Amino acid sequence: MSGAAFAHSVVEPSRWSKRVAGTLVVAYALLTMIPLVWIFATALKSGPDSIAYPPKWVFDPSSEGFCNLFNTRSRQSEDYIAKLPPSSGVCDSLARRSNMVLVGPSNFQPRFINSLIIAFGSTALSVLLGVTAAYAFSRFKVPLKDDLLFFILSTRMMPPIAVAIPIYLMYREIGLSDTRLGMILLYTAVNVSLAVWLLKGFIDEIPREYEEAALVDGYTRLQAFTKVVLPQATTGIVATAIFCLIFAWNEYAFAVLLTSGEAQTAPPFIPIIIGEGGQDWPAVAAGTTLFLLPILVFTVLLRKHLLRGITFGAVRK
Amino acid sequence: MRTPALDSVAERAATATPPVLARHVRGLSDRMLAWIFIAPTIVLLLAINIFPLLWTIHLSFTNYRANRPNAPLVDVGIEHYVSILNDPDIWTAMQATAHFLFWTIALQTLIGFALAYLIDRKFRGHGFWTTVILIPMMLSPAVVGNFWAFLYQPQIGLWNYAVSFLTGVPASSFTMIGSVKLAPWSIIIVDTWMWTPYVMLICLAGLRSIPDYIYEAAEVDRASKWRQFWSITLPMALPFIMLAVLFRGIENFKMFDMVNLLTSGGPGSTTELASITLKREAFEKWRTGYSSAFAIILFVTVFGLANIYVKALNRVKSR
Repeated sequence: MSGAAFAHSVVEPSRWSKRVAGTLVVAYALLTMIPLVWIFATALKSGPDSIAYPPKWVFDPSSEGFCNLFNTRSRQSEDYIAKLPPSSGVCDSLARRSNMVLVGPSNFQPRFINSLIIAFGSTALSVLLGVTAAYAFSRFKVPLKDDLLFFILSTRMMPPIAVAIPIYLMYREIGLSDTRLGMILLYTAVNVSLAVWLLKGFIDEIPREYEEAALVDGYTRLQAFTKVVLPQATTGIVATAIFCLIFAWNEYAFAVLLTSGEAQTAPPFIPIIIGEGGQDWPAVAAGTTLFLLPILVFTVLLRKHLLRGITFGAVRK
Repeated sequence: MRTPALDSVAERAATATPPVLARHVRGLSDRMLAWIFIAPTIVLLLAINIFPLLWTIHLSFTNYRANRPNAPLVDVGIEHYVSILNDPDIWTAMQATAHFLFWTIALQTLIGFALAYLIDRKFRGHGFWTTVILIPMMLSPAVVGNFWAFLYQPQIGLWNYAVSFLTGVPASSFTMIGSVKLAPWSIIIVDTWMWTPYVMLICLAGLRSIPDYIYEAAEVDRASKWRQFWSITLPMALPFIMLAVLFRGIENFKMFDMVNLLTSGGPGSTTELASITLKREAFEKWRTGYSSAFAIILFVTVFGLANIYVKALNRVKSR
């Protein structure tokens, strides 16, 4: 066994160094997971448990956080509650125990739906614009190609707040403020630079011979693009789409400055979930949990392409 | 018998003979198609990035206030630019930004490179643990930053508990967000927690790009591991480290979301980074003209610094 390992290569790390490295990396990974675990745990705690000191690692799970996230409550007198018909569900009876009644759904659900519509809408649009522009940049002679590509990238260097001032004024003029369409267009403008750069890298990797063969077979350029290049680029398109989706999903600065009601997304909403006497941390944690779960799934799906995505395609592997 | 393979052959044969309509499309030259493909993107960027930028430049020379759109517009020349460069508050904000930039980049590069170096030992399960480590950087800085405010609570928070558990300092004797001395560090800690994986991932690509034969040659020459690290590993990974620093630098220069939710610039203005000042001027004091001028100064700074840096990076790369 050890003889085989020795014969392998002089640069293969020794077993001892592997073990030390492994221990340190796992320790770091576990340490950085603590805040996340704490979010998930707090989402399942009751109000008093969430602010207990010393912090509680073991607790009775409660649905209070999720109940308060989806419902608004109001305080009532004990007499009033005693006269009410029997409670209609878990959240209802939980509220009554602290002398509250449910008065209706909270704004969380519409905000979450806004997030979904705006994220998917802008992703679809960015990928559509991105893949066509990337194909043109990859295959055709475009005058000032490098300058155009750099221009597309440089739009990412503006601080969002700096862009937000004129966008705020412009949207107010043309009636796009606090609309989903306005946010979709804005996020598309931000994401399209990433989409073009990433997809150009992916399309560059598809051999030109495939299309040339198709052109010889009598395909038009457009047909070659849709029937040959697009299927070949599926992986790249999916990876790019997920990156755009994550950006639009996570975005906060534009959302908090340009939306207030109709089109408000979840990130500006979750921090302002308040209960009586300050922030309702179990409810905030519940909202945060629901908001983060899709991203966790996407991270696992994307892990092979992460490097490319975060460097705008500058580093490939 | 119909098989999928035969179907697709039939399909290809069908599309190979273009119908009448397609013959018109064939008339599209590659050049036309290129413009049809690129134009929408350029138009969108012109409308939502360049036009607003030009508008910002225009506004920066006026006294315009967005909350009083009907007031007469007065041309004030470069007055805003002069007063920004002489405004002590702006310089405080730039100092806070520089402090934040320096420490986040230093810590993330150090820890990120160390992690990448360890992961490159390729211990068992390194793929899985790499994915785990990457998770924080994918999350929304706003939503997670907001939750850190809970972790930092002086009476009940997990952070103070952990610090008092490890050092014996009473948990209620200090507040991370509320104190002038600790608040700048509270945002550095959160940013480092989120973005160290980013630097790690790029450094890892750098380490993996170094071919084994170089190390083999060094072994033959009996170079010590220490010597190999300083004369092979580090210089060859340097372009990647510099790239990571560039991306983090640009991103953190623009930092807004996490800090706005965690400290919103406070206490006082100790964590008031450039973007937070910009937001206060533009959307709280409604000094649109003044804040436009500040936005332009910031943009020129990022753009200029990034350009100089990329030149340096290319020089290192071509060595």
